Amino acid sequence: MSALGFIVRRIGAAILSLFAMSILVFLIIRLVPGDPVRTMLGFRATDENVARLQHELGLDQPMLSQYMSWIAGLFRGDLGQDIVSHAPLSELLLQRLPVTLELAGLSMTLAVLFGVPLGVLAASGGPWSKRLTEGFVVLGISIPDFWLGIMLVLVFSGILVVLPPTGYVPFAQSPLENLRYMALPVLTLAIGEAAYVLRTTRGAVINVMGRPFVTFLRAKGISPRRILFGHALRNAGPSIVTVVGIQVGVLLGGAIIVETLFALPGVGRLVVTGINQRNYPVVQVGVLAIATIFIVVSLITDLIVGWLDPRVADGMMQ
Amino acid sequence: MTGMATLSGVNDRARRQIIGGGAVLGTLILVAVFAPVLAPYDPESMSVREVMGAPSLAHPFGSDVLGRDVLSRVMYGLRSSLAVAISAIVSSFIVAVPIGVLAGYFGAWVDSVISRMLDMILVFPAMLLAITLIAILGPGASVAAIAIAVIYLPILARVTRASTLVVVRQDYISGSRARGASHLRVLWTHVLPNSLGPVVVQASVLSAFAMQLEAGLSFLGLGVQPPNPSLGSMLADGRDVLNQAPWIEIFPGLTIMVAVLAFSFLGEGLRRALDPKGVAE
Repeated sequence: MSALGFIVRRIGAAILSLFAMSILVFLIIRLVPGDPVRTMLGFRATDENVARLQHELGLDQPMLSQYMSWIAGLFRGDLGQDIVSHAPLSELLLQRLPVTLELAGLSMTLAVLFGVPLGVLAASGGPWSKRLTEGFVVLGISIPDFWLGIMLVLVFSGILVVLPPTGYVPFAQSPLENLRYMALPVLTLAIGEAAYVLRTTRGAVINVMGRPFVTFLRAKGISPRRILFGHALRNAGPSIVTVVGIQVGVLLGGAIIVETLFALPGVGRLVVTGINQRNYPVVQVGVLAIATIFIVVSLITDLIVGWLDPRVADGMMQ
Repeated sequence: MTGMATLSGVNDRARRQIIGGGAVLGTLILVAVFAPVLAPYDPESMSVREVMGAPSLAHPFGSDVLGRDVLSRVMYGLRSSLAVAISAIVSSFIVAVPIGVLAGYFGAWVDSVISRMLDMILVFPAMLLAITLIAILGPGASVAAIAIAVIYLPILARVTRASTLVVVRQDYISGSRARGASHLRVLWTHVLPNSLGPVVVQASVLSAFAMQLEAGLSFLGLGVQPPNPSLGSMLADGRDVLNQAPWIEIFPGLTIMVAVLAFSFLGEGLRRALDPKGVAE
């Protein structure tokens, strides 16, 4: 199977996922039991208001034409309106998206920066480094991330008073202040993710180190360090990229809670506020944005893995 | 049943993990079930004099912003958190096993249709899917359980399918068919019991994540609703007084962590014992 064939088919699969996801997101508002418009309007639900909002949301049209015009709107950048503030949702999303992307991007970077070297250490080090890294993995995976966040706030803002507990300053306004506010949320998400990256790196490196070509390299007199970093880690690359792709989904889910916990104005917090206010158009846009990021990141990581290891690309095609 | 080894047949590490994880989990479940008997106070009774009281002999875990006993609330919170997590995994298991067995046993178009439908669920990150379902159905403990069950449905069904594929290739299956047994009989007496090992393993590993997910949803106010305490919502309640009364946050969080650890150890031990070939991975 050619490389081009793999790329085309993988992109095709991503487009199918986006389509399936768009149907589910479209249905959110339509699956609400009872009358969604009355639920949204609450005490303001006079017959006149209900009819007006139904018309505004296009709910009085046939289902298929509702979906078509919704999708057409998405392609024009028209995401609809916030039913509480009446602001265009595209503007709201543009304000919120950078916060979530920064949070997720920094957390994953930090997780990889710590997880990969620690994973190599766990695979190659002495019994103590193995035990310590094992302990880190078990704890990192078992601690609920938001509770870890709360404990970090207790230590760094409550006891040491070095970092702010909640709040947000845009990066453009003051990069340094932005990072100060982002430090605890990023650390909260990164610790759990680092545990997963560590575990995968350890497994992949141990696996590669047992292969015949490593024995051959040893026999050739190549230094253990060069075998470890030049060969073993390089061959472990595809597994690490794959787990990063999968964990981005977990990270985006965690971001919903962490944004709420640290009062960060991101997409996740937008969705939670939207649910509490029964503001379904806002919920739809937020879910759509997060799921799209997830699908695109999965696509990119699969393409990278296919490029790093053509055998994997062949396997995915079958 | 292949794979259903007795505890004496498995290695030491697996036995330690199963016994250790099982003992801790058993204790937590007993505490949850008997919370009404064991809890020293009514979890909802408030007391102005006890507001944010530090841990003491009378209140070992301290008391919260409304003067409620944190220990009693942790016991009742554990009760609702475990109830949501376990009922979610059990319902997911009950739905996923038949789906996965059918896909693995019949293969061909049955498998394709089932697999494509399960893939649709995996398009969403788990937490996002849970929140989306709650957005549709409204917040609450039973909706949270349904949401968690749906999230894990494709994972459990896939493991069942993979495990069934291994079993179906065995000679005794074709032998049984050749002797004239119906599909239903072969499925019920041979395929199902022999495919379950890896699924049980995966279900116990997922219980650990279900526990965390439930706590996260309740923390956001989307799971168990007040006045019923849940470990997650207790963490949300104490958030604003963290520096003055950290015990309101520390004990519920530690309880979640211990439960998650117990589920993971049990799952890991069961994996070593029941699924040495690693179908559940």
